[in-house]
Amino acid sequence: MTLTGWQLAFAFVVFPGVIFTAGVGLLLTWVDRFVSARVQWRKGPPVYQPFADMLKLLLKQTVVPAGASKVTFLIAPLIGFTAMCITAVLLFYVNFFPGDSFVGDMIVLVYLFALPPLATIIGASASRNPLSAVGASREMTLYLGYELPFLLALSVPVILTGGKIRLGDLVMFQQAAGPFLASWSGAIAAIIVLICIQAKLGYPPFDMAEAEQEIMSGVLIEYSGAPLAMFRLTKAMMLFLLPCFLVTVFWGGLTNWWVVLKLLAVVVLVILIKNTNPRFKIDHALRFFWFILGALGIVAVILAFAQL
Amino acid sequence: MKDPRIWGLKKSPWVYHLAAAPCNNCDIEILELLTPRYDVERFGVVLVGSPRHADALLVTGVLNRKSLPRVLEVYEQTPKPCLVIGVGTCACGKQIFRNSYNVVGPYDKYMPVHAYIPGCPPKPETMILGVVKALAKL
Ligand code: SF4
Repeated sequence: MTLTGWQLAFAFVVFPGVIFTAGVGLLLTWVDRFVSARVQWRKGPPVYQPFADMLKLLLKQTVVPAGASKVTFLIAPLIGFTAMCITAVLLFYVNFFPGDSFVGDMIVLVYLFALPPLATIIGASASRNPLSAVGASREMTLYLGYELPFLLALSVPVILTGGKIRLGDLVMFQQAAGPFLASWSGAIAAIIVLICIQAKLGYPPFDMAEAEQEIMSGVLIEYSGAPLAMFRLTKAMMLFLLPCFLVTVFWGGLTNWWVVLKLLAVVVLVILIKNTNPRFKIDHALRFFWFILGALGIVAVILAFAQL
Repeated sequence: MKDPRIWGLKKSPWVYHLAAAPCNNCDIEILELLTPRYDVERFGVVLVGSPRHADALLVTGVLNRKSLPRVLEVYEQTPKPCLVIGVGTCACGKQIFRNSYNVVGPYDKYMPVHAYIPGCPPKPETMILGVVKALAKL
């Protein structure tokens, strides 16, 4: 089916675009902080905390550092934010109308998920701060690291279905034949994607780009006020959309209400990994992604060719 | 409560910990606030790594000729509105260093300070009380 102008506008602005995704994402940020607090035997902040943070940041003064490239510095947060809004619409469209998406929507989604780190790198490089430059270089290295196993893992369902690259086909295939998670190769691939999600979100053990202790929030160091709010909102939306993507590709799609529990399970797993692991050094992270997860990805691909 | 900016500031004060030549005891006591026993994240307080993200500066230590320009620079880097809270007897009254040639005076000679929290080091309860009073004044 095709959406008319008003429906398209509604899809982009309200559901499943900006407002819905941002709202759920911020709620998940609260879940993140609450679960982290419970792990550390604390009480944790109230539910409205992320919204209060957002309101405060949006209304605060925005400082552009002297000597920074002003336009790039201010536009960078919007790149990632826009990418996440489009991702939301595309991802939910594929799930609601699996028969009606275009060929290669998965590839588009992979590239859209690559935009937020790119935006962070652009913003950090534009802010003329040595520490954010260090952060940007780490973010870049990390990106090179996790994209290889990520793509290998995503090729597993494509191989299992015999070359179907449309996400809608994958969803329909899973509805007919059960989720890919049930097969060996699918399970391995899902674990790889889970770890890559951790890195894409910049959570420990892969938070070296924002390392608070060594480079003082690295890439975000010069950001304040509304642009910082945009970056945090992008992160929050990713915290919602990346698990959605994982569930869509490997765990049967967003088809019935069980999916709420599945999403929560993935998010809580991500949070628990975050809370129980110390930070990698950047070269260790690269080695981990290329030589351990990459090898695991190749094993998954071979298993997938054997239809296991 | 009319101004949403003030509401936001009250509900999520992010603090930056500005050590201007303290003995480090106050700093450790500030970190104590984040432990499970006091858990100030309940009130939205987060310790941030960059003054650009901060809403409140917790300054500790005696202001001296070396630290004054740095403290002023960090204060100017912080986006407004921002609170300044002096923690410890050093920040309040120059402590035993008051006759030193190097000490340049109280903080409020150079920037607006919203609260002074006495104690050497102050107890975490005192610090919470001080921050609450400073926020209530807004
Ligand atoms: S007030 Fe006491 S504990 Fe705090 S910095 Fe000064 S001497 Fe140290």
